[in-house]
Amino acid sequence: MFRRLLKDFQGDVVAIPGRLIALIFFLLLFLFPLYTQPIAIQPFLLRVLTFANLFVIFAVSWDFISGYTGQINFGHALFFGVAAYTSALLNRDLGWQLWATIPIGALAGVLAGVLMCLPALRLRGPYLSLVTLAFPLILLGVIFAFTDFTGGELGISGLDRISESKTVCFYASLVVMIASVFIMWKLTDAKSSLVRTGIIFHAIREDEIAARASGINTVRYKILAFAVGGFFAGIAGAMYAHILRIAGPFTLDVALSFQAIIWVVFGGIVSIYGPVLGVYILYPLMEFLKTGEIYEWRFLIFAAIVILMLLYMPEGIGVWIRDKIERQCPRCKLSNVWWRRTCRACDTPLY
Amino acid sequence: MIEGIIVNTLVKGGVYALLAIGFSLIFGVARMLNLAHTAFYMLAAYALYTCSLLLGLNPVSAIVVALVVASLMSVGTYSLFVLLRVPSIVSIILSAVIAVLLVWFGTGFILGMGADVSLTKAIILSAVFAMFITGGAYKLFIDRIREHHVTVLLVTLALAMVFQEYILLVPAFGGHYLGAPAFVTGYWHIIGVKVSFQHILTFVAVLLVLVGVWALLSKTRLGIAIRATAQDTEVANLMGIDVSRILLIVMGLASGLAAIAGVLVAPTLVLEPHMWMPPFIMMMAIIVLGGLGSIKGSFVGAFILALTEVLVVYLLPTGAFLKGAFALAVMVGVLVFRPEGLFGVVFEEERL
Repeated sequence: MFRRLLKDFQGDVVAIPGRLIALIFFLLLFLFPLYTQPIAIQPFLLRVLTFANLFVIFAVSWDFISGYTGQINFGHALFFGVAAYTSALLNRDLGWQLWATIPIGALAGVLAGVLMCLPALRLRGPYLSLVTLAFPLILLGVIFAFTDFTGGELGISGLDRISESKTVCFYASLVVMIASVFIMWKLTDAKSSLVRTGIIFHAIREDEIAARASGINTVRYKILAFAVGGFFAGIAGAMYAHILRIAGPFTLDVALSFQAIIWVVFGGIVSIYGPVLGVYILYPLMEFLKTGEIYEWRFLIFAAIVILMLLYMPEGIGVWIRDKIERQCPRCKLSNVWWRRTCRACDTPLY
Repeated sequence: MIEGIIVNTLVKGGVYALLAIGFSLIFGVARMLNLAHTAFYMLAAYALYTCSLLLGLNPVSAIVVALVVASLMSVGTYSLFVLLRVPSIVSIILSAVIAVLLVWFGTGFILGMGADVSLTKAIILSAVFAMFITGGAYKLFIDRIREHHVTVLLVTLALAMVFQEYILLVPAFGGHYLGAPAFVTGYWHIIGVKVSFQHILTFVAVLLVLVGVWALLSKTRLGIAIRATAQDTEVANLMGIDVSRILLIVMGLASGLAAIAGVLVAPTLVLEPHMWMPPFIMMMAIIVLGGLGSIKGSFVGAFILALTEVLVVYLLPTGAFLKGAFALAVMVGVLVFRPEGLFGVVFEEERL
């Protein structure tokens, strides 16, 4: 049993450089509070990384909905904002505890996802994108119109904190992030023998008519994608509200929806590790630019970096790196390290 | 009140129609959602502000110029890009020239170096400026990554951000709320409502431009080429239409339309670096409502949504906050019953 696990670990993780790097990266994140102890700006770093963790969930869930099924969603902030506001209202007005408000917030995200589907799934391509853009804006209008209930511009503040300690907040977000990313990675794994969703999502993106002709109820799977994506984005939103202790209109902003797209496309769309990489590069970069001397230039620098990187790596930086360090066997489709001349399983020459 | 609603709807709807038609043209020909479209509207408004502040206004020439520029815009773009039959090496030089012009105009406007431009030139320059930037930006950035649709989307978004931040960083504009002086002052009483000349001017100019665009698209060889490219790029290419040139022309034309809209509404709006966002969202809603790629749909959709907005503002107590929400809700409602929009063309699945 143990030996078999070890063998699987060697075959599926150590032999594939991308996965090994991901493993090391997550381990380093776990140890992060320890080795940054002596640094004076540690609380700031922890805070940035805590939010980065939450935005990783947010970005990966966008990739889950839009990258994998090809339904480009411009209103992803809806799930984030609905969950943030739901958990904030439950916490402030009904006095519910964290352990109840965060899951209910996430369920509100699911509900928002399914509701968004109803008109959205009748539409295709750009129509769908533009209609999804409308939903958070409609909600935002309502929030500004009923200020005594929602707090309007100021939002709902004074929520319970996950913990007083920044380190605990960091670990909470990290654990949730790793669990969410792992689940979404498994759900979208086209080679998986356990769940069929991965290969079905790929089929819907590549050719929806063909997928339907093969007997797949594509509408059901698209609703599933929106529900799962909404759930994880909802978790991120609810935790965000409880770490920042405020749920404001910025959680529904168009800018946040587009931010998710920027992170995902920068990192590499239709790959779970792409958005992870995108957020961990771009979010801290933005935060550091905010504190620096060139404070006012941050958006300009940010946009310039994004444009230039995408001109040279149109598929995203994550995919670009993967193509450099991994090589797929033409016969058995197994990934190999770039220095191997023959496939590790079937000895087919790689070139 | 009803008269007020009508006047406001006509003016607002006209401006939205200009923006939406340009966006729709780009989508039809290039199959891309150009998120930077209203950024040119903003740039034109700012350019007008800069120029008009440097000079005493001449109301008569302002009207004449606005009308002439508006009706000549499509012709101008046409001759500008079509008469230059560009081979590839020339297009590189052209891009370089565009880049130089961009910097030159930009700094000229911003630092107030062009202190002796007349309003006539100012309006022409601001429109041409926006045209050149799109042409150049398109050539430099978008053309290279056209196959990656989402990446194109993102690059246009980043471009819009660059323009916004550019405006924000200029000390003279910065975070201030600015107002451009009106071309014409005064008003008429029409059926008991005070209608300022600025509004009449806007509406008339919009109508003229729209007629011009319609004539261009339906009566000229270029228009036929544009529509052919929009219908089927590959076949248009096989028929000897230079698709990349058509794309450039359409980009120039569309941003010219956005620039006209920006110049026309600049005096009635507060100028600020984020001003491209509200019309951007309305423009998207209009296009979806009217049907992507349909000029008629954009036109009708613009007036429907403008009417919704104005009605909500007039009739509801907290209307100013809810106007966007109601307009978008109307759009969603229509789409539930007509998924391809009011006058939508059902695009065939793109061939692989």
